[in-house]
Amino acid sequence: MPTATSSYLVLLLLAGAAVGFAAAPLAAAWAWAKFFSPNKPGQDKNAIYECGLESKGDAWIHFRSEYYLYGIIFLVFDVETIFLLPFAVAFTGLPVGAFMAMIVFLLLLVEGLVWAWRKGFLTWN
Amino acid sequence: MIEEGLKSELQKQGVYVTTLEDLYNWGRANSVWPLTFGLACCAIEMMAASMARFDLARFGAEVFRPSPRQADLMIVAGTVTKKMAPLVVRIYNQMPEPKYVIAMGACAISGGPFKQGYNVLKGMDRYLPVDVMIPGCPPRPEALIHAIMTLQEKIKNQKLTGPDRPRHLNADIPGDFPVPVYGPHDLEPSKNPGVWHPPLIKR
Repeated sequence: MPTATSSYLVLLLLAGAAVGFAAAPLAAAWAWAKFFSPNKPGQDKNAIYECGLESKGDAWIHFRSEYYLYGIIFLVFDVETIFLLPFAVAFTGLPVGAFMAMIVFLLLLVEGLVWAWRKGFLTWN
Repeated sequence: MIEEGLKSELQKQGVYVTTLEDLYNWGRANSVWPLTFGLACCAIEMMAASMARFDLARFGAEVFRPSPRQADLMIVAGTVTKKMAPLVVRIYNQMPEPKYVIAMGACAISGGPFKQGYNVLKGMDRYLPVDVMIPGCPPRPEALIHAIMTLQEKIKNQKLTGPDRPRHLNADIPGDFPVPVYGPHDLEPSKNPGVWHPPLIKR
């Protein structure tokens, strides 16, 4: 059908215009750089930017991955505190189920602490 | 090339005629992005200039870039010590062309009140091609704005082609400036003779 074809043609034209809108500035910048602005690389210019100082050493250095253990142990105490305070406030009005759930939660965290203790992670080295 | 008379005649009739060169320079002059780079108290005035009261944004120069890769303009705002001078030159080298330098304040121009000091560089123009110098200690934000406007005038008058075209359009002129190194007594070299042309004073 001619009407359907022409309506799709409009879409095609718009899509072309959209791509052109994005590509034309890039092409213009490329052409400008090619015809007017010469490339001027230099030793300093190609170097890593480090506040004017020459960078020393390698960027590929080892970080101590053990640190994540301290992060996790901190979380044990952190999360425990957050839940312990409302637990203590609502302690007298708690049903048995909620109390047991809380005890299980605490035991889980304490188990983690005991594991870390036995592994020797609590000793700073 | 269109004549100036014809251009103004057409402009009176509501037809604006321009050249590629003018269009290019117009765009460049109104989007001068400075480097976030302060060395001393002049930097406080530079910050004030970019804030709401003085509003450097009116001149398209409020986008202070923290990386030299994205900056067009280095505002040497403050005292350049001899320890800092190689770093300043190096950062300038790391900026892409076209790039400009404003020496802001007495210290950046000449060493200012610290000129006699053993550790102060006596003017940034010993190592870098300074485009605009602002006197003052420190210069007020209006003075910085005036310097930006002066720089804009300079940019607008630059040629795209021809023998007097600016450095960034001339492939024969290298873009890097020699970075001084610390010697036993002073920076070596103590100046870049390619950019430093002090006036000859005959007594």
